[in-house]
Amino acid sequence: MSAITREEVAHLARLSRLALGEAELDHFAEQLDAIVGAVARVSELPTDDVPPTSHAQPLTNVFRADVVRPAGTPVLERAEVLAQAPAAEDDRFRVPRILGED
Amino acid sequence: MTATTEELMDLEEALARFDPVMGLEVHVELGTNTKMFCSCPTEFGAEPNTQVCPTCLGLPGALPVVNEIGVESAIRIGLALNCEIAEWCRFARKNYFYPDMPKNFQTSQYDEPIAYNGYLDVEVDGRTFRIEIERAHMEEDTGKSTHVGGATGRIHGADYSLVDYNRAGIPLIEIVTRPIEVPGHLSAAVARAYVAELRDLIVALGVSEARMERGQMRADVNLSLKPTGAKKLGTRSETKNVNSLRSIERAARFEIQRHAAVLASGGTIVQETRHFHEDKGTTTSGRVKEEAEDYRYFPEPDLVPIAPSREWVEQLRATLPELPGARRKRLAADWEISEFEMQSVVNAGALDLIEATVAAGADAASARKWWLGELARAANEQAVELAELPITPAHVARIVVLVAAGELSDKLARQVIEGVLAGEGDPDAVVAARGLKVVSDDGALLAAIDEAIAANPAVAEKIRGGNHAAAGVIIGAVMKATKGQADAAKVKELTLSRLA
Ligand SMILES: [Zn+2]
Repeated sequence: MSAITREEVAHLARLSRLALGEAELDHFAEQLDAIVGAVARVSELPTDDVPPTSHAQPLTNVFRADVVRPAGTPVLERAEVLAQAPAAEDDRFRVPRILGED
Repeated sequence: MTATTEELMDLEEALARFDPVMGLEVHVELGTNTKMFCSCPTEFGAEPNTQVCPTCLGLPGALPVVNEIGVESAIRIGLALNCEIAEWCRFARKNYFYPDMPKNFQTSQYDEPIAYNGYLDVEVDGRTFRIEIERAHMEEDTGKSTHVGGATGRIHGADYSLVDYNRAGIPLIEIVTRPIEVPGHLSAAVARAYVAELRDLIVALGVSEARMERGQMRADVNLSLKPTGAKKLGTRSETKNVNSLRSIERAARFEIQRHAAVLASGGTIVQETRHFHEDKGTTTSGRVKEEAEDYRYFPEPDLVPIAPSREWVEQLRATLPELPGARRKRLAADWEISEFEMQSVVNAGALDLIEATVAAGADAASARKWWLGELARAANEQAVELAELPITPAHVARIVVLVAAGELSDKLARQVIEGVLAGEGDPDAVVAARGLKVVSDDGALLAAIDEAIAANPAVAEKIRGGNHAAAGVIIGAVMKATKGQADAAKVKELTLSRLA
C-alpha cells in the first residue's frame, strides 16, 4: 500500500513552485513512497521508553555575543556571491516572478 | 476569482449590523548590531547584498548561532507585555519556497514561543481596553524583493524580481494578540492605539527604534465580522504589512465595510491575505492563505533549545524601564490633568517636550499652553512634527519664566516665539534685538495717552461724559504707539483717571 499519493506530490509541487508533468508526478510518487517506506522501518523498533528528542546532544542556551564579525574576517565578496546565482541584476539576485506572492 | 472593485457598505450601517473581531500581528525588527543567527551587520540602507554571509545565504554546511541580545530583547519585550516566559523552547523551521529566504525556510518558533499569555492596556476616548497577548516569538526577517516590470511594481504583472538579502536574518519579534472585541465604532481606533502603545513600549525598552516608515515595525490586521450579538466568529482576512498608524485605522475600516457588503449580499469571505494601498486606503486580494501544515514546521536541528533560567529572567525584569502607560499616569498626576487631556498631549507628540520644558523651570500649565497652542499651530502650518520645530524646551521654559516675571505679556511672548522659530536666536536674544519689553513706566504711558487724547478730542469728550467703552479707541491708539508693549489694563486705568 502506498503512503504517498499522486495528489500529495502534486500539492507539494505546487507549494514548491515546481511544474511537474503527469509522468513526473507518477515517477516521484513512486520514489517518495519508497523513501518513506524505508524510513518507516524505524518505527518497527521498540522505542516506548525512549523520550522523543529533536537534538542529538542535551545542550541548551548556546549563544553568540552581539558583535559584528571582526575586521579581517574573510567575508563573501558580493561579486562572488552573485556569481553563484543563475541570474543577477543591479547587485541583486534576479529571480522569476512568483505567482501569488506580494 | 476575486472581483477587482470592491463593494463597500456604509460604515455606520456595517457597524449597526455586524460586530468586528480583530487580531493584530506585529513584527518588530530588533536594533541589534548583528543578525539573529550570524554576525553580519544590520545597518539600514547598506548597498545591496553587502551584509551577507554563508549562514544568512543558506549555503550548504553553514551553521547558525543564536544572538544572545536577540533572546534577551525577546524576554524583555515579553516581560513588559506581562507575559509568562517559557522555561524551555525551541526554534522551528517554517518551510516555504519564495525567494525572499534563500534557505527555503524561515527560522521561527512554532508551538513553543518564548513568551505567552500577556496583555497591554490601551486608552481610547478616556476608556481603558485590555488587549490580550497570545504570544511573542522570535524569528528572522526575510530579504527585500523589488518587483520589476508590470504596471504597479506589485507582483501582479511583474516580470521578475530582484532580491537583496541584507535584511534576511535580522532578528524579528512577532507579537500576536488574542481576538479583540471592542465596541465596533472604536475597533479601528483601538487597533491604532494598540500599535502606538506597543511602539512606545518597544522604544522605551530600547530594543528597537520601531520606525514604521522604515519597516522596523509592521502590522498585519486580521479582521472578521459576525452578525451583531452572534457568538460564532466569521472568516477572517489578513491585511499584511500595514506600515503606519493611520493606515492601520484605515485598513480596519475598509475591511469592515468590505466584509459587511460581501456578507449582506449573501456572499462568503475567503480566508486570504490582502494588500493595503496607502494611496487609496483600500485593500486588494493577495494569495489564498496556506495552511499551517503546508509550512511543515519542525524543530530546527541546527539550534539547541533555549532554557532561560528564572534567575536570568528576573535579572532582565529588573532592567525594565518605567513603561509608557505608567509614565503617562505619573505625569498626568504631576501636571494635574485628566487622562483625556493627557491623550491630547500624547497625540500632539508633546509629552517629551512638555516634560523637558517643566524640567527646565516652567510650570506645567504654561508649558502645556505654549506647546499645544502657539507651537502646535506653527508645526501644523509648516507640516512638521512638534519636535522638529527649531525651538527647544529650554527656550520655551525661558519664555514662561519671562512672562511669569511680568517682563513679557502673552502677546510679546508670541513675538519672541516667532523670532526664535525664524532663527533669530534664543528668547533673550530675540527680546534684545526686537526691543520687546512690557512698558510699565507710567510716565511713558501717560505721554502716549495724552497724545492719543489730543488726537481724538470727540472720543475724549464721550469718556468724560461717562462712556467708558469709548476708551477702547484711546487704548488702541496707545497700544499702536507702544508697538503692543503696553499692558492694556494699565492703559485703560490711566486713561479713565486722566479723563475722570
Ligand atoms: Zn550573515
